[in-house]
Amino acid sequence: MDRVRDKIIPVLTILAALVAVWYVAAVFMNAPFQRDLDRRAGETPGTIEFIGKTLSQPKPTMPAPHQVAQNFFENTFLRKVTSNRSLVYHSWVTLSSTLLGFAFGTALGILIAVGIVHVTALDRSLMPWIIASQTIPILAVAPMIIVVLAAIGVTGLIPKALISTYLSFFPVAVGMVKGLRSPEVMHLDLMHTYNASASQTFWKLRVPASVPFLFASMKVAVAASLVGAIVGELPTGAVAGIGAKLLAGAYYSQTIDIWAALVAGSVVAAMLVVLVGLVGKLVERSMGGRPA
Amino acid sequence: MTVNQATATRVEQSAVVEARQLGLTFQTNDGPVRALSNVDLTINKGEFVSFIGPSGCGKTTFLRVIADLEKPTEGTISINGMSSEQAREARAYGYVFQAAALLPWRTIERNVALPLEIIGLPRAEQQERIKRTMDLVNLSGFEKKYPWQLSGGMQQRASIARALAFDADLLLMDEPFGALDEIVRDHLNEQLLQLWRRTDKTICFVTHSIPEAVYLSTRIVVMSQRPGRVTDVIESTLPKERPLDIRESPEFLAIAARVRDGLRAGHSYED
Repeated sequence: MDRVRDKIIPVLTILAALVAVWYVAAVFMNAPFQRDLDRRAGETPGTIEFIGKTLSQPKPTMPAPHQVAQNFFENTFLRKVTSNRSLVYHSWVTLSSTLLGFAFGTALGILIAVGIVHVTALDRSLMPWIIASQTIPILAVAPMIIVVLAAIGVTGLIPKALISTYLSFFPVAVGMVKGLRSPEVMHLDLMHTYNASASQTFWKLRVPASVPFLFASMKVAVAASLVGAIVGELPTGAVAGIGAKLLAGAYYSQTIDIWAALVAGSVVAAMLVVLVGLVGKLVERSMGGRPA
Repeated sequence: MTVNQATATRVEQSAVVEARQLGLTFQTNDGPVRALSNVDLTINKGEFVSFIGPSGCGKTTFLRVIADLEKPTEGTISINGMSSEQAREARAYGYVFQAAALLPWRTIERNVALPLEIIGLPRAEQQERIKRTMDLVNLSGFEKKYPWQLSGGMQQRASIARALAFDADLLLMDEPFGALDEIVRDHLNEQLLQLWRRTDKTICFVTHSIPEAVYLSTRIVVMSQRPGRVTDVIESTLPKERPLDIRESPEFLAIAARVRDGLRAGHSYED
């Protein structure tokens, strides 16, 4: 009951406000085109009828929420998942490269963090480059990666996954450096009094201490991975995936399709972040975390 | 120096810790800080030695030098005839910190097992030692609990169990009960004394509480600050068997008075 009052009601209130603003915006943004149509057809609709028309255009400037919802519902639940028009199909294409890129990125991020924590030379040299790597606009890098890899015969899932990797290794590397350095001086002294080796200190102290940091950064990384996968789909010639769907919608002015694809992407992102959070909670629980 | 004469006569086979002209200067951003100066001290097997003094008198630093957590810049220190580094590598001591310093992701029993895992003891022996030390600190039944499920006093007992599981003859304790309330502290002091009598370990105990030092120790080392040095070494005349109410006895109060005098003499009340 408290959960409903404290969590769900506030979130739903904001959602309702957003939907209301969206409807108002849709009316205003679609009005000029509708007025144009009416003038040419020689019609003079009343206010209510006019508003109704602005919210039901086939290719509106700004689709109304119910149009997007209807499109999303039809393309998610009413089509065969193997169909080229199914959002489930496109989501799966994007999800698979997201997951692969996320796995690469997490592994790479952890590897870099371990290196930075244990090798002084890496600590001094690597961090500025890692930060610099994230200041390059991914939209500029992505087509080059795709083109270069295609030239050496690597196509399909891997190039897209690499763009996800590029975006997702960063939060993991930064989070894990912090996590591996999080043990208190007292705990390190304790290991020293046991004459523990560096690898014992690493596995028995640094790694367990870094787990909460790992999951916090993985939440950010998985969302970044999805963005990377979608961006990676844009220059592939719009074959499949949420990115391809967005691009095709833009070509043919299918604004409702674009918005529905956007919703699909958001749903996938939310599911991924929630999933990582849940796994993090389970792991924390199994490591004796105090139930919150 | 009276301290020198007192300790010089006692250098025998049973010396566990021997410090000679020990000094340590930290290089800080504000220039060098002399944390320890000319410390001569011999601690014999089976003794319970307390170090007492104002903050910054180097009592914790001295303990850390014994434990090879700090390196002296002058003089020598030997533990069981070895250098402090060799002693640490031989796992010659157990160290109890100011805070329990338990790993929050391990159960109490796994925490106690940590040093045993690091030494590489076989499982069966680990189990046996865990059981024995948990009994020793009266924590049986709490093996599967996580640290946060225990009170501060119980956590500190678990950390003592962890130091004991090592089975080293020397126990170094750095204000282990400093953060606990007085009732819990009394209780733990009593238990610690019992444990010491039963195990015949050598204990070095840092504290800033006069009653605690007098109640526990066979010898009290009074230290003063800037630079940290030993100003007085007091032999306790109290019997080995010490009920809590011994603290009201004239004998106890006389020793406490001498400790207080020693502290006052070493402490310049300029400010």
